[in-house]
Parts: sequence; structure tokens; C-alpha cells
Amino acid sequence: MAGNILLEVVTPDRAVVSEEVQIVVAPGLVGEFGVLPGHTPFLASLKPGVLRYKGSGGEERIFVSSGFAETLPNKVTVLVDAAERKVDIDVARAKAAMERAQKRLAGQAAEKETIDAARARAALERAFYRLRLAQS
Amino acid sequence: MATLKEVKTKIAGVKKTKQITKAMNMVAASKLRGAQSKMESFRPYAGKFAEVLGSLAGSAAEDASPLLVSRDEVKKINVVLCTSDRGLCGGFNANLLDKAARLQKAKAAEGIEVSFTAFGKKGRDWCKKSNFPIVDAYIGVVGGTFDFSIATASGRKLIKAFEDGEFDEVHVIYSEFIGMARQIPVVRQLLPIPPLAKEPDFEEIEEIGKESHVEHICEPSADALMGELLPKNICIQIYSGLLETSTSEHAARMAAMDNASKACDDMIGNLTLAYNKARQAAITAELMDIVGGAEALKG
Repeated sequence: MAGNILLEVVTPDRAVVSEEVQIVVAPGLVGEFGVLPGHTPFLASLKPGVLRYKGSGGEERIFVSSGFAETLPNKVTVLVDAAERKVDIDVARAKAAMERAQKRLAGQAAEKETIDAARARAALERAFYRLRLAQS
Repeated sequence: MATLKEVKTKIAGVKKTKQITKAMNMVAASKLRGAQSKMESFRPYAGKFAEVLGSLAGSAAEDASPLLVSRDEVKKINVVLCTSDRGLCGGFNANLLDKAARLQKAKAAEGIEVSFTAFGKKGRDWCKKSNFPIVDAYIGVVGGTFDFSIATASGRKLIKAFEDGEFDEVHVIYSEFIGMARQIPVVRQLLPIPPLAKEPDFEEIEEIGKESHVEHICEPSADALMGELLPKNICIQIYSGLLETSTSEHAARMAAMDNASKACDDMIGNLTLAYNKARQAAITAELMDIVGGAEALKG
């Protein structure tokens, strides 16, 4: 089909999405980007956030954690560590993760950037987007 | 000649053993299904990843990442050894350990220090017994339930150690799952990343002509992307090694337990024969006594 893009969202555990869509909007590392059919080949790093696409069933949103997206004129492949539809999000777990990350960040001195702080911030980011999508 | 009672007890014992081996066979079978489906669901990810990496490899610089550069002098290497936690799976662990021993010997002969990262109890115990240094040991991973994070954790550690110059090379030994009856131990080089993936890609491009070669716009730069993709590739390889080993372990155990159940059947057959013979002999002897006694009374 000429007017559609094949969107594939794949995680190490399973293929989450594989369907023909009209538009994809993904959270790129340097900014959100949208893909329409016929896009030029494009490779982008993704940050945790919400991936939106419009398929036959209307607009859908899924949570994606960090990863990559390869865009070809008629295909978008998203490779991420985790991807969850709204119904699959474990709200209690995300909330716990958020609190844990906040506590860890609060305990850190601001000028000292450690690996733990970076990790906590990444965890916080993931939890934040998970919750935002779950509660939207 | 064993007495009747002894044979009977032995038969009962073998029957019990058969029950156990049969149960283990069935447990392994169900675990194998789980492991296999996990392996299959991981394949598309790994496949796509290799595709993306391959298409990027052309546009990134040769030495985009320190992980690609091989060292002139290799003094210390680390071997990631995947084995199972538990035994009773035939020659599965023995084969893996044999491979590891040969690699260790070959490298040691060249004057290279070999240390191990052990996944699985059998590998760890073997390293301990042979006095090989163990950098890290992960128990309860292979054969159980695990996810990508364990591979990421160990992968990151290895990459850091490699970058810090603690190791000059990292290899992985795992059992490749070829089929139910075939699992072979393989050695792969993890670090520095062998440039194999690039070359066939280049040839292909030249063969097909420049038009089909897709030049990606990269965001951020190709080198930066490469720097992120390559470490991930290491984790993916470790994860797939673990999945393969897990699946192989269950398959090997299934086969071993199947053999054991069959051996039990044979043994029960032989013992029953011996039992019947002994019983018959006893009856015959008794009859002879009675007949002898009757003859004597008649006389």
C-alpha cells in the first residue's frame, strides 16, 4: 500500500506492534519527530516517552523506553528496551519506581554527578512517562 | 543367586527411579517450551538490530568506538562461560567445560591470563576447582526465568572493564541450540567487536550498485549512534547466548532423562526375569522335596 507505513515496535521479549499506519510520532533524543509515508531514510536515538501513531483503529499511544528507530520510506522499525500499551502499564510499579528514584535523587548532592544519580534520573523519566500515559 | 526378596526390593527401587526420571523429563519438556518461545520472541529484535547496525556500519567511521579497536598486545582476556546450575543433563556441561578448558589451555600457552565470568553454578564450581580466577558469577540465571536486564548489567561491567584495560579481549562460550538432539558449545569473540558484520555488507552494496545503498540521516551523528548501538550489541549477544544455553540445557536434560527412563525399563525387564527364574527354581526345589518325601513314605 502506497499511503501507509509499516510500523514495527520490537522489544527483547516480544513484538509489541506490527501494523500499517498513516503517521508515527516518536520521542527522539534531540526532539520529537513525526514520520509520514515516503520519509527519507533516517536513524534516530529515542528517549523514554510516548510514541503516537494513527492506524486503522484511530490514534494509539504506547509507552517506549530508550532505544532506536529506523525509518525507511515505507517502514518504521522501533527497537526499544520496553514498550507498553496503556492497559499493560503497571501503575503501582511505576509509582514505586518514581518514589524510589526521587528519594535517591534527593539524597544526592547536586554538584556531584554520579552514575547512581544518572540512573535514578533515567528511572524517574521512565516512571514519569509511564504514569502520564496510564493516567491520561 | 540373589534371594527372591532382594530382587523384589531392587525392582521396586528401579521403578521409583523411573518415576523420578520420567517426571524430570516432563518438567524439562515444559520448561523447554517456555525457553524456546522466549528465544523465538527475541529473534526479531536481534535480527532487526543486526540490520540497523549493518546499515550504520557503512556510514560510521572505522574507529567510531573504542570497542572496535583491537589491541596490539593481548595480555588478559575474560571468558563469559554459560553453563547450567544443575546437573542430570547428560554431557551438556561437560561439553561446555571441555571447550572452556581447551580455550584456557590454548591461551595460557601463549602467555595470556584468562579469567572467567561464570553464568551457572557448574561453570563457577569448575573454575573454583581448577583455580581459575572468577571475575563475576551469576547463579540462578540459566534455566530459570531471567530478562534482558541481567545481560545489560553484565554487559556494562564487561565493557567498562574492557575500556579500563582490565581485559584486552572478551569471549563468550555458550551452547548453541541446533535441535532437540543437538546442542554444540561455541566460542564467540565479544570484544573488541570483530569487524565481520561490515565486510559482507560492503561487498553486497558494491554488487547491487550504489542506488540500493540507503544512506541514513542520523540523529544524533552516526558516530554517536554507533557509540550507543555497539555496547547494546554486546548485551544482545550475551542475552542470546544465555537464551540458547537455557534452551539447550532443557533439551539436553529431556534427552538424558528419556534415556534414563528407557534404561530403567530395561533394568526392570531383566530383574523381573531374574525374579521369575528364582521363583521357579524355588518352586521346583520344593516340588522335588515333596516328591522325594512321598516316594520315601511309599517305600
